[in-house]
Amino acid sequence: MTSVITDLQGTVEDAAAQLYVSALKDIPQDLRDALAAARLRETSVPGKRVLETIHRNVNIADNEKNLVCQDTGIAVYHCRVGEGFPLHPARIYEGLRTGTARATVEHPLRSNAVHTITRENTGPNIGYRLPIVHWEFISDWDGLDVKCVPKGSGSENMSFLKMCIPADGVNGIKRFVLESIVGAGGKPCPPGIVGVGIGGSADYAMHLAKEAIMRPIGTRNADPLVAELEDELYGLLNETGIGPMGLGGDVTVLQCHIEHADTHMTLNPVAVNYQCWAARRASAHISAAGDIVYDREA
Amino acid sequence: MANHTVTFPITDPQEILKLRAGDEVTVQGHIIGIRDRTQIRIFDQGIEPPMDIAGAFLLHTAPNVRKLGPGKYEKICIGTTTSARMVRFTEGLGSQYGVRAICGKGGFPDEAIEPMQRLGMVYFAIVGGAAALETTQIEEIEEVAWEELMPECLWKFRVKDFGPLTVGIDAHGNSLYHDVQAAANVKLKEIFARF
Repeated sequence: MTSVITDLQGTVEDAAAQLYVSALKDIPQDLRDALAAARLRETSVPGKRVLETIHRNVNIADNEKNLVCQDTGIAVYHCRVGEGFPLHPARIYEGLRTGTARATVEHPLRSNAVHTITRENTGPNIGYRLPIVHWEFISDWDGLDVKCVPKGSGSENMSFLKMCIPADGVNGIKRFVLESIVGAGGKPCPPGIVGVGIGGSADYAMHLAKEAIMRPIGTRNADPLVAELEDELYGLLNETGIGPMGLGGDVTVLQCHIEHADTHMTLNPVAVNYQCWAARRASAHISAAGDIVYDREA
Repeated sequence: MANHTVTFPITDPQEILKLRAGDEVTVQGHIIGIRDRTQIRIFDQGIEPPMDIAGAFLLHTAPNVRKLGPGKYEKICIGTTTSARMVRFTEGLGSQYGVRAICGKGGFPDEAIEPMQRLGMVYFAIVGGAAALETTQIEEIEEVAWEELMPECLWKFRVKDFGPLTVGIDAHGNSLYHDVQAAANVKLKEIFARF
């Protein structure tokens, strides 16, 4: 049993090390397609200049095997753990942690992790409660899905929470999202993905907003009412004219994704988490036997 | 919207006055990398920078580098950070040190417009996140000071065809960011009226 645990933890470490670096270098196809469509649609001169430069940059990152963006971010993972996966989440976490550190040292990658009071570096992109992991537990399954989403600080700094009241209704949610993105201007490196979390509690709404930015671009919420709101906000956000890098234009966002939870009758929380145009993510499926399959679409 | 090539550091302040908000600029020569902690040290702790930054082009950056030897670094990936956090240093950079250009991403808020006009400075918008491209335009890391602030040191880079940059704020009181925000706020009023 011990050797199984050791091996699987090593497998998770290998996957994390690979995912962190590949997320930073090889952006997903759905994002490439969304950026290409944006480049065709944009009409403002500075906006076109920005989208052309992004296109050149992605090609150079591919050809030179360099990072798309210098901000190696804060390492965030999303794990879907099958109930039959033969490694406890405590050990999965250790694997993700050592994998993140190994990738940082071996590449080498810029280490961004600091103590939040002293601001002193705490290690190779690890520290107390770093990396951050979102957990989901799945019945009747023995696999593990790991998604790595290195989250840049420019966009993470543009996160917003409002405890709307029930009387504000859905219009209150829409107003807050629109005001947040206009207020953010060029700072979060638009055009990106606007993640919105609604319902639940204050903390859970923000958690959901982060889950929303991790989805492949243009996927829709399974609840038709929420999906309709995604479509509407996507359209409205692109009417604001903020444009690429906030220099004015037609394309302010590539998408708007919403995750929701039921809430208290007195609550109407809305959280916004922005993901920059370099919306990096990479995924792997790990079987109970320890086989890793990398997935560029998940 | 004109295209310009400007070599830094500049000696003739007239060069800055030719640039207008929205123009495209390519930069040659030398640029200085600077960030939050570097400027906190200069202005809040009152420590003189050990590099001449008169006429300089400052880049808001904290590069990924590999150490080759004492004071010698090789570039790995060099990109640009959000400028707005550092707007309060604009006045001092211009009036005390003669800095002529500040380059970053996301823009400066309106408080930068007046000192930039008075002191003859510009803000250049680079494409945030486009670090792979930016790295190819930086030929060499020629000098580094304050290595203990790694990666927020004071860096001197030699560049070739650095850009394309967009003049975000010019020395004539114009700001693209101000104009875009004002138009967006009018648009928001229209949208909200439809709800």
